[in-house]
Amino acid sequence: MATTKTLRVNGKAVTATVDDPATPLLYVLRNDAGLHGPRFGCGLGQCGSCTVHINGEPVRSCTRPLSSVGARDEIVTLEGLGTKEKPHKLQTAFIEEQAVQCGYCINGMIMQAAAFLKKNPKPSVPEIKTAMQNNLCRCGTHMRIVRAIKRASEA
Amino acid sequence: MSLRTFGNRVGRIEDPALLTGKGRFIDDIKWPELAHAAFVRSPFGHAAITAIDTSAALEVPGVFAVYTAADFAPLLKIDRLIVGLPSPAYRQDVNRPVLAKDEVVHVGEPVAIVIAKNRYIAEDAAALVNVDYEILPAIGDARAALEKASPTVHRGAPHNLLAEFDVAYGDVARAFAGAPHVFRETLWQHRGGGHSLECRGAVARYDANEERLTLFSSTQTPHTAMRLLCDMLGWDEHRVRVITPDVGGGFGPKLIFYPEDVAVPLAAILLQRPVKWVEDRREHFVATTQERDQFWDVEIAVDSEARILGVRGTLIHEHGAYTARGVNLPYESAQTVTLAYEVPAYHLGVKLALTNKVPVTPVRGAGQPQGAFAMERLLDRVARELRIDRAEVRRRNLVAAEKMPYAKPLKSRGGMQVVLDSGNYPEMQRMVLDAVGWDDFRARQLAARASGRYIGLGLANFVKGTGRGPFEPVTVRLGPSGKIHIMTGAAAMGQSTKTMLAQIVADQFGGAMDNIVVTAGDTAVIPMGMGGFNSRQAVMAGSSAHLAAVKLREKTIAIGAKLLNVSIDELDIDAGFVHVRARPKIAASLGDIARSVAGIPGLALPGGIAPGLETSEAFVRDEMAFANGAGAAEVEVDTETGEVVIRKFVIAHDCGRVINPMIVDGQIIGAAAHGIGNALFEWMGFDADCQPITATLADYILITSTETPHIEVLHMESPSPLNPLGVKGVGECGVMPSAPAIMSAIEDALSPFGVKITRTPIMPSEILAAIHAARREKLRADPL
Ligand code: FES
Ligand code: FES
Repeated sequence: MATTKTLRVNGKAVTATVDDPATPLLYVLRNDAGLHGPRFGCGLGQCGSCTVHINGEPVRSCTRPLSSVGARDEIVTLEGLGTKEKPHKLQTAFIEEQAVQCGYCINGMIMQAAAFLKKNPKPSVPEIKTAMQNNLCRCGTHMRIVRAIKRASEA
Repeated sequence: MSLRTFGNRVGRIEDPALLTGKGRFIDDIKWPELAHAAFVRSPFGHAAITAIDTSAALEVPGVFAVYTAADFAPLLKIDRLIVGLPSPAYRQDVNRPVLAKDEVVHVGEPVAIVIAKNRYIAEDAAALVNVDYEILPAIGDARAALEKASPTVHRGAPHNLLAEFDVAYGDVARAFAGAPHVFRETLWQHRGGGHSLECRGAVARYDANEERLTLFSSTQTPHTAMRLLCDMLGWDEHRVRVITPDVGGGFGPKLIFYPEDVAVPLAAILLQRPVKWVEDRREHFVATTQERDQFWDVEIAVDSEARILGVRGTLIHEHGAYTARGVNLPYESAQTVTLAYEVPAYHLGVKLALTNKVPVTPVRGAGQPQGAFAMERLLDRVARELRIDRAEVRRRNLVAAEKMPYAKPLKSRGGMQVVLDSGNYPEMQRMVLDAVGWDDFRARQLAARASGRYIGLGLANFVKGTGRGPFEPVTVRLGPSGKIHIMTGAAAMGQSTKTMLAQIVADQFGGAMDNIVVTAGDTAVIPMGMGGFNSRQAVMAGSSAHLAAVKLREKTIAIGAKLLNVSIDELDIDAGFVHVRARPKIAASLGDIARSVAGIPGLALPGGIAPGLETSEAFVRDEMAFANGAGAAEVEVDTETGEVVIRKFVIAHDCGRVINPMIVDGQIIGAAAHGIGNALFEWMGFDADCQPITATLADYILITSTETPHIEVLHMESPSPLNPLGVKGVGECGVMPSAPAIMSAIEDALSPFGVKITRTPIMPSEILAAIHAARREKLRADPL
């Protein structure tokens, strides 16, 4: 049975119709909201590439059923964090440290890091590493990502 | 002319889009009316298909079609994916079908494709496709597969030997017969999957008006895919276009042409509707090619000064169930063994064994890391037995700088003589030893041991063939907009290919990177291409881009000279203008120059100039450019838990002239991280029935931020004489020294126990087992 639901994503209302209320939020964001920041890497909450913020908390949208998200929850994706013209300080730091290779993990890295820096604005390097340890990057850019987060925290 | 972009830390042109969610990966490709596919895959390692019933699946609302091999047969002129690189070594051909017809030979092999309104429905319906299987014996161990009594991977096949060959030179028998010392090692080397964070995908559309097929595929080799599709469909080339969008990491497996790359277009043709399939992670574990097991039995002969007299042995290489690339992977392993050292005689007998698992094809490094591992393990053994420092043993045997270029008595897979083109191998080793603190390490080690901590240091050298030929064409065009467009068959899969090419071309046009547009991996913009693999893009496409850009610059200046009425040597290019060097105000914009040769009806072209501003070049080079380097690791091993922590990791690298230091370091570090994962974490496991047992990213462990050590990169730039840029490939090199240096370091840390490591990867439980085994061994040898 199709259900229709309205969500708040990046400050805008998004309406989605799904056959199954258990549909992961990731699919709704990508397919219905047309947002390509969050990405599918594993679908099991094991890689982090689908990370978005719900009310400021980093959430793995691939395992978050649509039914668990309310109309009042504020969802923010990479697109809502910053743009080419007005980048978030993490986006700038990632460019400066050239942390990106293929870019596939980067959504998750930035969203995870942004939420972390809100809680811990002046982290140590080991704290950053621990905060990021469940985000996978096959291009092996972890060192630069950690440096970029550190740089952003000092910006 | 000044080099303004080449060699500099230029920012990547890829980054702004990728960082704001504007990348366009395969799953971002959309068309109206797009239908979604899910595959029905074999749940068994080996089984006969006796019947397929699709009726229940077809009844699911929202399902458009279910296709099996029988539905595809009428469309296919060739019904197998014939992709094996040519070689006389094959003993049988085992080419993949698009969909299995009457037999499945590995878990994950596609049997049927379900097309539906969305992926959800497609997957639900796929579960309702009823396939009757009759289970057959599956064989997973490459060594057992080669035994006479082994069941065969393919029903009715004569045996499981896929191919065999020798890589050899010199008189090995004599070298060993007279040798003062011979040491033998039996090694198990395992590398797992590519595991790009983005899985594979294919999106296809057939346009009946144009009678043309367009396939977006996350492939590293779009031109090969186009050609193979044409062969299989019996179509000519202009009817098929293959486009590689942004690729979320390649690492080898995406260079392969897959059954899904055919099934999805076929479904789009049959259904007359665009179809999309994006792999999920479980599929990536069972249907995307991997590297797996190699079993080495090797021995080394040395004189009393530890100088190498010869190396010989055998290698059994697991091939998987089908040929998805060929014999290249173990060939590269065999060829790499002796590269860095002077080895007078060598013989490796190689056998490729079929198994009931997903096919084996190259992962970053393509067999070469295993060759280096075998050699480095042997040299550590020599050092231990002869009680000579491990670095000293290597130093005595490395190819000396004065000998470059040094012809190895080896033939490449294509029959070419292997010539080490440039470099200073001993100096690289010295750089690494200095940086890691080799000479004063013993004191630190003893001090640590005194406080109950086990630290160790390890070293490995490598030489890596890069820049696989024969060519990679590049077209450079200056259009009336004033923008420069670079078109290439080289595929970008996250290794900054676009930035690299833009830098090379921008160099000829005053350095303006933002004036350059790169289209990589689209068969519609350039007729030929080979794609991305074997660390070849900077060498092959880079050289072509350079040659094309130089010519385009010449022509641009020649036209400028006509338009401005000055002589050619007065002109320079900068900031989008051709201008007179002495009087920069006298200038013509690049756009105006392009327009002047774009043709106006009835008007003559500027004196004698040919129309248009476009040059195409295909730099041809068969010989490989050999990059080299050395790596050293300092580890600490917890003897209670078996856990290994890498305390230091240094890698020295020579990739010839560096185009962009940031990119080069990123590639080396990324590959080193991959190699560290191969040494300590990654294992693709199967049970006795060839069922994968590590098919999630929770079971198959990738290295993350907490395990990645600080990796220090040192450079030497010995320009390669083999290409106009003097470059060598870099993308895979970091993998090479990682596992051998780490194993050497672990052994060194555990030397008080006498632990010997003859495998990669090694996990904590196995380290503990090795410690216990060594203790038992000691007790037996020396019972108190
Ligand atoms: S896709 Fe959500 S964690 Fe991997
Ligand atoms: S940049 Fe490729 S996965 Fe992280």
